[in-house]
Amino acid sequence: MTDLIATRPKLAFRFDRWAPALLLAIALLAYVVIALYTGQTQYLTVDNLISVLGRSIALGITAVGQTFAILVASIDLSVASLISAVSVLTSVIMNGNPAMVLPAIAAALALGLVVGLVNGLIITRLEVNPLIATLGMSLIIQGCLSAFVSNFAGSVPPEFQVFAYGGFGSLSYSLIFLALLAVAAWFVLRHTRFGSDIYAVGGNKDAARVAGIKTARVTIGAHILCSLCAAMAGLYLASRLRSGAPWIGSDGVYDLESIAVVVIGGTILAGGRGGIWGTMAGVIIFSLIDSIFNLAGVDAFAKQVLRGIIIVAAVAFYAVRSKRLVA
Amino acid sequence: MTEQTLPHADRRKRQLPQINPVYFVLAALIVAIVVMNPAFAEPTGYMNFLKRAAPLAILAAGQLYVIVSGGFDLSVGSVITLVVVGSSILSNNDPNSTWWVIATMFAIGAGVGLINGLVVCYLKVPSLIATLGMMITLNGVAFMWSGGSPRGYLTDQFRFFGRVNISDLPLIRILPVALIVLIVLGFALYWLMHRTNLGRMIHAIGDNPRAANLAGVPVNRVRILAFIVSSLSAVAAGIMLGGFAGVSTDVGTGYELQAITAAVLGGAQLLGGRGSVPAAIAGALTLNAIFTLLNFLGLPQPIRQVVQGLILIAAVAVAMQRRKHTGR
Repeated sequence: MTDLIATRPKLAFRFDRWAPALLLAIALLAYVVIALYTGQTQYLTVDNLISVLGRSIALGITAVGQTFAILVASIDLSVASLISAVSVLTSVIMNGNPAMVLPAIAAALALGLVVGLVNGLIITRLEVNPLIATLGMSLIIQGCLSAFVSNFAGSVPPEFQVFAYGGFGSLSYSLIFLALLAVAAWFVLRHTRFGSDIYAVGGNKDAARVAGIKTARVTIGAHILCSLCAAMAGLYLASRLRSGAPWIGSDGVYDLESIAVVVIGGTILAGGRGGIWGTMAGVIIFSLIDSIFNLAGVDAFAKQVLRGIIIVAAVAFYAVRSKRLVA
Repeated sequence: MTEQTLPHADRRKRQLPQINPVYFVLAALIVAIVVMNPAFAEPTGYMNFLKRAAPLAILAAGQLYVIVSGGFDLSVGSVITLVVVGSSILSNNDPNSTWWVIATMFAIGAGVGLINGLVVCYLKVPSLIATLGMMITLNGVAFMWSGGSPRGYLTDQFRFFGRVNISDLPLIRILPVALIVLIVLGFALYWLMHRTNLGRMIHAIGDNPRAANLAGVPVNRVRILAFIVSSLSAVAAGIMLGGFAGVSTDVGTGYELQAITAAVLGGAQLLGGRGSVPAAIAGALTLNAIFTLLNFLGLPQPIRQVVQGLILIAAVAVAMQRRKHTGR
């Protein structure tokens, strides 16, 4: 691969574009090969593939938002605790009462909006490094949450559990929701002014400001979208668990995993390059890796070791040829 | 780094308030603690405080190397876990094994730092992801090595560094070994960072890697060394933590973020180019002093988390405003 690119520089650009797809193909191939090799061909159906995806819907929703934050050269570490907070908030407000579903959703999204706005304001107005700002926010949210709740709280009425459990045949509503969310994100990034502003600010903030873009607003907007997505992931998890748990976000390591997924999808941490489909490929790769481990019968601890190595290897897969200096 | 050529008088005026604010904060916190609990002014009070803070202080000083070079090292917490779990297995309750176990641990630490540095420099993976991957991997290794449930305990010889107090001394009465280790390692790290060419080169590559490269700094080699120093400091912190924490697979959890917080409290600039070892150590002491104070106030764990978050944001915000003010 590398020698091909060295001789024909024109291919290099295309490689960047297709790297996530290539990684996805490798993961799929590995999945099929392992399934055939271990003789577990019953796992090679479309239905099963959909159920594989179904396991990473919360990660997918969070990662869509994280893509916005990373594209604008920021990062959001507060998503995990926000997910916990939202899942508890919704299930406490609903408390088994179907009439309270809409108010609960509104409250959840409002919380996401506020957190995203505060994150954005701290980063742009106080000029705090986004990593620190959102890490601090994460501690604040988690602290406030654990001050009130330490166990499952509230309950989700069956009407809302449909979000996680209902669906057309094997295609669940939540998976469709994730797909629609991805399409919406794609539309925003590709076809709106806000989207192109995000790429401009992420690519070179000073140049964007000189070009007349209100960079602070774009950054704040990206953070609001990121937190809104995290709030939706929290809603999904509340619906799936039928109750809110204050540890659900940190248990799923949604902060670091969503960042890993976005980066595996080819969006660079420095911002300004990447896209939503790469992130989706990253999410699928992540869930495929898990399924491959299950098929191959890798034990839980070795699984974790391999996971760490694979994250680094996947990022290295395209980063290795970049000419820029990284730190 | 970007020293401005100000007129002489003006320059002197501006240099006056250059004492790092973290020292004032630390002093204020200690006064507050002493007011609330006079026993803290006794040697046993503050020596125990220093003993508990020592591992984080060393960790923060090591983390500072990576931060000043422009990166992050998220793997230090998992290195601590690996050290504690690994030494309990390797030493196998044999007191004579202490020294070679410690040597092995430092070798493992150097290896971890080397891999981190190589992955960042040659595979061009951003350090956030590279060390995150290392963190996940090492946590897995610690689980695998111990079979999920770490057994055994650390020998008293091994625990010497974190736990033992030298008693019956004049004036201060007791002196924890951990404090001696902190002073020795702290001074070594200070010397390496602020008095040698390596330290200057670390500052240079964090400030502007391209310029450093053009000026002849071996960027990759320096960066790798920074990661190795960070991992080695994590091993030292792990050995000391082994002295008073039990053997478990989550000893190190959260220490990576605390170390970064401490370095930031000490005025280190994320993404490189600025930082001071003594200030990072003071940052670690400050963080511990805050926790101690909140403890005395009887505030529960969740409130501590909130306060930690607020302080983290405030510290960086204040530093940014100051920097804007002084134009540096």
